[in-house]
Amino acid sequence: MISIRSVGKTYRSRHGEVVDALDDVSLDVREKEFVSIVGPSGCGKSTLLKIIAGLVPASGGEVTIRGRPVREPFPDVGFVFQNAVLLPWRTVLDNVMFSIEMLGLPGNDYRARARDLIELAGLAGFERKYPWELSGGMQQRVALCRALVHDPSVLLMDEPFGALDAMTREEMGLELLRIWEERPKTIFFVTHSIPEAILLADRVVVMTPRPGRLARVLDIALDRPRAVEMEFDPRFKAYSEEIRALIFRPRRERVH
Amino acid sequence: MPAPLGIIRETWEWRWRLLGHTWVTLYETLAGFGLSIAVGTPLAVMLVYSPVLRDAVYPIVVVAQAIPKVAIAPVLLLLLGAGEVSKVVVAFSVAFFPIVVDTATGLAATPPELLDLSRSYRASAFKTFVKVRFPTALPFFFSGLKVAVTLSVIGAVVGEFIGSDKGLGYVIVSATSYWKSNLAFGAMGILAILAMALFGLVELVERLVCPWYAVSERDAGAPAGR
Ligand SMILES: Nc1ncnc2c1ncn2[C@@H]1O[C@H](COP(=O)(O)OP(=O)(O)OP(=O)(O)O)[C@@H](O)[C@H]1O
Ligand SMILES: [Mg+2]
Repeated sequence: MISIRSVGKTYRSRHGEVVDALDDVSLDVREKEFVSIVGPSGCGKSTLLKIIAGLVPASGGEVTIRGRPVREPFPDVGFVFQNAVLLPWRTVLDNVMFSIEMLGLPGNDYRARARDLIELAGLAGFERKYPWELSGGMQQRVALCRALVHDPSVLLMDEPFGALDAMTREEMGLELLRIWEERPKTIFFVTHSIPEAILLADRVVVMTPRPGRLARVLDIALDRPRAVEMEFDPRFKAYSEEIRALIFRPRRERVH
Repeated sequence: MPAPLGIIRETWEWRWRLLGHTWVTLYETLAGFGLSIAVGTPLAVMLVYSPVLRDAVYPIVVVAQAIPKVAIAPVLLLLLGAGEVSKVVVAFSVAFFPIVVDTATGLAATPPELLDLSRSYRASAFKTFVKVRFPTALPFFFSGLKVAVTLSVIGAVVGEFIGSDKGLGYVIVSATSYWKSNLAFGAMGILAILAMALFGLVELVERLVCPWYAVSERDAGAPAGR
């Protein structure tokens, strides 16, 4: 469904410094696939998401969605960021409806859907609350509803649970899977947590920095629905070790 | 030091004349303050949206701010006459800067993620302004207003000091020259009350317009959404 073909990105700063954020990245993603992206800081994960969304132009190569090249932002996408970035002057429901308003869609047609999503995300009864009345995890659920309310076919998540504590984080991951199973989407999920990447994804993309490259793409053959106990599965451990080796090996080589 | 009782007695004796002078100062203050909002806010919007304009205009605004207003007030009076207009312009000149700077800061404080989100939804720049940037900037705008409104009072009074035959600034200057210190202190007291009342009024409007800010400020000690 999404084809990333030899995508490269070079940032040029005002002082003429050149940063190779991405180099020759290629990946084909199936419809409704869950892809996790892991890699050390600065390896171009956020840049890759922005190129897929058409927010940042690639310096080379191209991204196509259902055969169509991405050249500008397109609305068939939902975003979730590390921080919920809700609008503090809007209620939960109105924050979810923000997407609909910005897209210029008729609010009346989507309000029921927004309520359903809020309920699905475990926030029933909180429609009229304001962001400051919610915990960090609840705010992030609202952000997820906002990203899903217009029913996009692609969901781009940039360390969406990175600001949450470990316990909430695990719970949110499984909840995301539950929602995804009910409303399947093609998901790109950037994370710094290797277990989280494995537990959620169909495939894990491992990236390495300077320049940002794909080191490997792992198929995760664990059954669905996923459960936390799978972390004790020997395959889980094998994946985890493989990813760890890919990320940490180059650094060790540099030290010696 | 004059005794408080003497101040109150003399102020009371002069109450009707003082009321007239208070009205003049209030009127000059509000006109200058209103003018600085009318000019400062659109300018801040332009500064944030146009990098070219920012590079061209911002240094001028800063230089203009660096000139002490007390120093240019006599020149303004010379140019505009000793009437109310010159006081309004002095009040405007001091109130303008905090409004421009704070509003521009607020408009630039929108989380970049929200701008990415708006762009990916292909929302127009105007819609993004109305639904995201402007409300984000409101608490900053109001903190600029709170500084500006008290400065406007000072600006109007400075203008009256330099040359005027009405207003509380004029009362203070002429009462002092006639050794009527009770009356001068009374006028100062009225000025302080006036400035506090205007400040309170702006704060009240702020609470009504952006209640989310007041609440999050109380709870977290920081502006929301940041
Ligand atoms: N707008 C920009 N201008 C210049 N350089 C940039 C810009 N955005 C990102 N970069 C650089 O590109 C590289 C990749 O950045 P990116 O944000 O994509 O990394 P990341 O993998 O998301 O990192 P993190 O895990 O810390 O979020 C970094 O070296 C960064 O400094
Ligand atoms: Mg990033």
